[in-house]
Amino acid sequence: MEDEVLFFQEFSIMGKDFSNAGTVSTQIKAILKEIGFDPVIVRRAAIAAYEAEMNVVMYADRGVVRLRVTPHKINIELEDEGQGIEDIELAMQEGYSTATPEMREMGFGAGMGLPNIKRNSDEFEITSERGKGTRLNIVINAR
Amino acid sequence: MKLTEIKELLDAEVITGANRLEDDFQEVCSADLMSDVLAFATPGTILVTGLTNVQSVITAHVAEVGAIIYIRGKHPEEDAIKLAKQKNLPLLASPLSMFEACGRLYAKGLKSGSNTPK
Ligand SMILES: Nc1ncnc2c1ncn2[C@@H]1O[C@H](COP(=O)(O)OP(=O)(O)O)[C@@H](O)[C@H]1O
Ligand SMILES: [Mg+2]
Repeated sequence: MEDEVLFFQEFSIMGKDFSNAGTVSTQIKAILKEIGFDPVIVRRAAIAAYEAEMNVVMYADRGVVRLRVTPHKINIELEDEGQGIEDIELAMQEGYSTATPEMREMGFGAGMGLPNIKRNSDEFEITSERGKGTRLNIVINAR
Repeated sequence: MKLTEIKELLDAEVITGANRLEDDFQEVCSADLMSDVLAFATPGTILVTGLTNVQSVITAHVAEVGAIIYIRGKHPEEDAIKLAKQKNLPLLASPLSMFEACGRLYAKGLKSGSNTPK
């Protein structure tokens, strides 16, 4: 029963809704903690989810987040509709950012988000279509 | 160092977390960029910042920062205070500059709560 789904929930994120930015990741953190994952794992998942959530808020129109938990894995999938990313390799580079001054004032837009999501993931996939949207698949192994 | 001593050292005002003044801290991280905190802060560190929005508190919660000290007399925004109360996260406000606040903490032997490569 390796891949038995212990928990599944879908969340939605609205683009530009800065006042609710972070609520999905905060909920994900609470759920994972409640399930009883190692705090180090919970922290990694929460950090990855938060950076990814902020990206949807900052750069996309709307998105969904699917949290899927199995006995061995935490899977966070984000799918958004929006401008998409033209050059993924460039976007993945530390320091690359198209954030506006307003976003920087909020403490984001250092170009560290995607690299840090990847660093906190055991498996990480990003695909994007310009003018359509972006999909991130984050997997963190439970130890 | 206990939070109550840190409060005295930095002439700080306690905004939330008055019940946690006996908590002990060994590390300090200073940043205005929340992505830096998410990338480099060590769990349980104090965060010294000039960023007063709700994102500072969400970031602290997500990255497991133990307390936030706002500098230069800045006060956190209302929704930041509300969330900090919910999460029982201590928020302090100090009139000192970032340099002066961090300098005083450093002089008392607190260590870096930031994992940046040397
Ligand atoms: N969901 C997204 N939709 C469109 N563009 C994105 C998305 N996520 C990231 N980007 C692009 O990739 C860049 C780098 O992202 P990131 O590493 O998170 O840094 P930052 O958000 O600080 O700019 C962003 O500035 C933006 O141009
Ligand atoms: Mg980002």
